[in-house]
Amino acid sequence: MNFSSLLLYTSIFCGLYFQIFLLVTFFKAQQKEKTAGKKAGNKNLTADSKTASLAAAPTVSIVVPCWNESKTVENTLISLLNLEYPKEKLSVLVVDDGSKDETFAVATQAAARLNKQEGLARIEVVTQKNGGKYTALNRGIAIAQQNGTQFIGCLDADSFVDKYALARMIPYFDNPAIMAVTPAMRVHEPKNILQYIQRAEYNVGIFTKRVFGMLNSIYVTPGPFSIFRTSVFKQIGVFKEAHNTEDMEIAFRIQSFGYRIANCHNAFVLTKTPETIPKLHRQRTRWTYGFIKNAIDYRHIFFNKKYGHMGRFVLPAAIVGLILSLAIALDFVYHIGNSVIATIEKISIVGIGMPQFHFSWFFVNTQTTTILAIVLVAITLTIVMFGKYIAEGSMKPSRDMLYFVVFYGFLAPLWLSKAVYNVALSRKTPWR
Amino acid sequence: MEIKEPGINPKKYLLVLAITCAVFLTGFLASNYLNDAKINSIQDTENQISLDILSSEAQYQLLEQSSCDIVTGSILTDELNTLADKLSYAESQEGFNSADVKSLKENYSLLEIKDYLLMQQIYQKCNASPTSILYFYSNKGDCPDCTDQGYVLTALRQEYPELRVYAFDYNLGLGAVNTLITLYHIPSVLPALVMNGRVYDGFQNIDQIKAALPALALQATTSSSSSSTNK
Repeated sequence: MNFSSLLLYTSIFCGLYFQIFLLVTFFKAQQKEKTAGKKAGNKNLTADSKTASLAAAPTVSIVVPCWNESKTVENTLISLLNLEYPKEKLSVLVVDDGSKDETFAVATQAAARLNKQEGLARIEVVTQKNGGKYTALNRGIAIAQQNGTQFIGCLDADSFVDKYALARMIPYFDNPAIMAVTPAMRVHEPKNILQYIQRAEYNVGIFTKRVFGMLNSIYVTPGPFSIFRTSVFKQIGVFKEAHNTEDMEIAFRIQSFGYRIANCHNAFVLTKTPETIPKLHRQRTRWTYGFIKNAIDYRHIFFNKKYGHMGRFVLPAAIVGLILSLAIALDFVYHIGNSVIATIEKISIVGIGMPQFHFSWFFVNTQTTTILAIVLVAITLTIVMFGKYIAEGSMKPSRDMLYFVVFYGFLAPLWLSKAVYNVALSRKTPWR
Repeated sequence: MEIKEPGINPKKYLLVLAITCAVFLTGFLASNYLNDAKINSIQDTENQISLDILSSEAQYQLLEQSSCDIVTGSILTDELNTLADKLSYAESQEGFNSADVKSLKENYSLLEIKDYLLMQQIYQKCNASPTSILYFYSNKGDCPDCTDQGYVLTALRQEYPELRVYAFDYNLGLGAVNTLITLYHIPSVLPALVMNGRVYDGFQNIDQIKAALPALALQATTSSSSSSTNK
């Protein structure tokens, strides 16, 4: 067995193990919930039934950090005011981080109009000198702490919340160990193939976050609508610059302190996604770079039994996945390169002849790795479908699944390799 | 407030490991089953070719009492070529039993030699110019020009369907092939071609081969004139 085959077998085995682990965890938890529901005489003892009893709702402040978001901020605010939550218990803090466009003016006008409509000053807008997203978040947190708010949420100004999201998330805090709750993120109005690919990818994310939540292994509290217990910032500190991935670092820190992060799989938030490959590449390079750097910063979590599944399985698996994906991509490029060189050599020797096609089943690749790779793709599709089921209540195959399976494997190595390159050469990965 | 983490249940990890191994084993068995079926199909083709050679030999014996026109020597060309493609594919892919492939390759080499000898006899009997090439190669990594030589021979075969290329693995270790190597004094530096009884060592391009086999051009002229007559 040569190096390529060994690499392929190892990658497929690890990929299969990880995916089967996710599915087994998911089904076992579903089964447990059903059994618990039957015992309690309630068929639906799932997170759905946890929708807050709004009479005793705690106070919540949602911080909306903005930088050049004049086009979307108003709709973001409207979606927040439409949340099914007692008006007097929910406030919104827009923090303009020194935008170069009209964000501050647009947000101030929108806030005045919406506050007037509501007859209640629920939206407050402040501005500051540009200092980075984490400084805007911290400004909002400081104001919320002064106001004595019990829970603080964050919402990027390019995202829109489903009206039941908050009411579904708050009950998770009944467990005093839970310091943060993450939502289920979906893609807002996909328009091109790239955004359809991301839609399927986000559906995979919904599935994996749900499973990671069950394993207490969530290592990112995304900017679009994660909710925090206010006291956690006093205990562990506020957001840091954290390699431009403050939402990942705070999750690592919460886990590092031994607290829990839950995932509310039916608290939906729609977010705008990059519409071009360069924009997507920049965003994902930052995410991957941030993951690697934060993993290095919190390396004590790895293989530490104190951190359960996260330390012993989820984080090591993520790193192994990253390494193997890169190795497979390099191997693929090497083989494609060889094949191109061989074709050029052949043409230089015998010219461009008419290719002759004689289909015979004999020449269909039936190697073990090919069969297992097909199984791997089939399981990936199953996970995409389960993600879609959680997100949309339907498992019906759609074109985004096809795009995802066909193209994602070619796209991801681009940002994985760039992020690793940046880490290796200590090159900072900017926001934009 | 430090919260203790719930412990890990190793049973789940073992269960997942068992399922993963089962999936792996199933993939392995499925691949083996399909590859065995492919090997069997090669065996079937070899048996068919063997039968065809017997038939040609019988035809040749009959030829001594009849005309050259009834000899259908070219029937085997396509079959041998297809077989060569399949063996070459099986050799390059993982998952095929290498002992099986070697044995099939030995059979194939013997069939090639038998066909070659028969064709030589037919050429002599019918006073035809030979359009066959013996090609000795190595795939041990010690013959950088063998791939290029393969391209040239494949291209020629496509251009001249009557051309018979008998390819032999220099390192096969089969007695009959070794005899051919000794008989034609094939050097150990490959590739080597035998055309019209003469040995050419090293890479030969299309023009060099055409020059060494003038009968090829003749055949092309004959077939084009007969096709224009048919029109």
